[in-house]
Amino acid sequence: MTNRNIVELKNVTLSFDGEKILDSLDLSVRDGEFVTFLGRSGCGKTTTLRIIAGFLKPDEGDVFFDGERINDVPPYKRSVNTIFQRYALFPHLNVYENVAFGLRVSKTPKEKIDPMVKEMLKLVNLEGYEKRKVTNLSGGQQQRVAIARALINRPKVLLLDEPLSALDAKLRKDMQVELRRIQRETGITFIFVTHDQEEALSMSDTVIVMENGKIQQIGTPVDIYNEPKNAFVADFIGESNIIDGIMNRDDTVTFAGHTFTCVDEGFEKNEPVDVVIRPEDVDVVSPETGMVKGVITQATFKGDYYELIVDVKGFKWMVQTTDAYCEDQVIGIALDPDAIHVMHKSEFSGLYGDYSTFSDDFDEDPEAEDEE
Amino acid sequence: MKNKNKTSVGSLFLNAPYFIWAALFIIIPLAVVLFYAFTDGNGQFTLSNITTLRDYWRPILRSLWYSVAATAICLLIAYPFSYVVCRMRPASQKIANMFVTLPMWINLLIKTYCLSSLMDGNGLINQALVAIGFGRLPLMNNTGAVIFGMVYNYLPYMILPIYNVMSKIEPSLLEAASDLGCSSVSRVRRVILPLTGPGIVSGIIMVFVPSVSTFYISAKMGGTGDFMIGDLIEGQIHSQNNNLPVAAALSAVLMAIILVSMLILNRFSKNEEGGSVLI
Repeated sequence: MTNRNIVELKNVTLSFDGEKILDSLDLSVRDGEFVTFLGRSGCGKTTTLRIIAGFLKPDEGDVFFDGERINDVPPYKRSVNTIFQRYALFPHLNVYENVAFGLRVSKTPKEKIDPMVKEMLKLVNLEGYEKRKVTNLSGGQQQRVAIARALINRPKVLLLDEPLSALDAKLRKDMQVELRRIQRETGITFIFVTHDQEEALSMSDTVIVMENGKIQQIGTPVDIYNEPKNAFVADFIGESNIIDGIMNRDDTVTFAGHTFTCVDEGFEKNEPVDVVIRPEDVDVVSPETGMVKGVITQATFKGDYYELIVDVKGFKWMVQTTDAYCEDQVIGIALDPDAIHVMHKSEFSGLYGDYSTFSDDFDEDPEAEDEE
Repeated sequence: MKNKNKTSVGSLFLNAPYFIWAALFIIIPLAVVLFYAFTDGNGQFTLSNITTLRDYWRPILRSLWYSVAATAICLLIAYPFSYVVCRMRPASQKIANMFVTLPMWINLLIKTYCLSSLMDGNGLINQALVAIGFGRLPLMNNTGAVIFGMVYNYLPYMILPIYNVMSKIEPSLLEAASDLGCSSVSRVRRVILPLTGPGIVSGIIMVFVPSVSTFYISAKMGGTGDFMIGDLIEGQIHSQNNNLPVAAALSAVLMAIILVSMLILNRFSKNEEGGSVLI
């Protein structure tokens, strides 16, 4: 990865039928980076990708590629290639011709095409599939053809629009590893769109979390997880208890009726804040030694840990522990200073991070409610 | 096994009406036509009906070339038209489609009759041309008028199958083509044309087959030298000598022409798709 910006969006805004899809977006992608746009469906992540590909033009703002403004450059003149959600392979061409498509369009000499196609098929583990019809391939194989078809053009940037969403869980894991390997081997910048936080965290150098057509946070996966900027990010990435608190002064925060020592600085004196506690960072202790007390309202055995819902002064916390507890038991809760993460209040405050209506069922299909 | 028997009996039963229909109205009449073509008035086998067709080679060739021309013109109009319609908004597409199918509601004879009264020497078009001082144009009773009449009547049958196939091309395929470097022209050549191949083939059949057997249009709108196989057959049946054997022989030739052209097209579409769309 270099420090040169390959793609930059400046103040990009786009509306459809009067509805703002993207709201003054600013972002930059470095050459050779693996960047992921992460968000729920409808957050604007695919729209952003399509603007970079050239299928959409922003109403306002500028798109730069390698330092050059490309707002008016049509897709076929951009050195960007896309992996489409449903692969969009050409049904009238076999595997070989699908992969060779870009080279044929650019009138590459025949004797050069052959070794390049062979090399690409090797890269995606599809040697020997040259003559197959693409319509007879499995989802995973079609995916590989799509990757080969895009990479053979040696794009500077590869755009991937939820490429793994149509694959089953096992194949998805394999393809994650595979995509990461291909990205490292080729050194091509990958811009990846997904709604799957785990996918984003495990594959990316940088994650860009989006919601409501705005960027909520840009950072490394570790930063995004450990230092979420607001309640949306904290809730979207992993499980979080998000509690109202008051930042008394640097390194001291009061919430749940107790004043804790923390490691957060740079807030106003007595500023109202959101406090994030990850379920796995909570220490369960005896009620006497705990900093706060709570009653277990629900205990679920999860195999390698127990998941507890604990009522602390009317606010339900999620706690994960390896010890066995039962419902109605009173426990104490202790928190290390670095288990506490303090955030400024935002438009998302109060919307997320309370487990009072929590049920596992709600988590089954995060996309389902957005499909309407 | 038992199950299989059941379904085959069931499907035979369901297919029966079609088989009876086909036998009564397709197979038997075809056999009768062939019988007449190869027998004399006394039911004796003879090739003389076929050999007399030597005298008719001109109208036969003429029919072929008129219908090839009409089919080609229909294709040249229908393809870009479908392309443009496919890029319209869904509501506009519906309206455009309605205008394509609307003429199909009107009987061919009436349409041709109206067309000829429009294009006649004293028809509306010529009256208008005279009124603006342009002078009369020989719009009728020539080869151009016949081909125009055929295009006018058969164009919807070219548009519909092409539009149907074209509108089903996934937009993401076109985006993928652009993404991989295709300008809009090379996108048509490399993606849209190959994918609409089956639509083109069925459009060609739908226009060529009725064109080659056209009779009323050529008689009504053509000149004295523009009569086609269809007109010949009609003439043989209606003439005083009521020459059914020669009419049957002409029909057999017509069928042979259609069969051969379908086989050629079939071969073409097989190469494209690996499967056949015809016959």
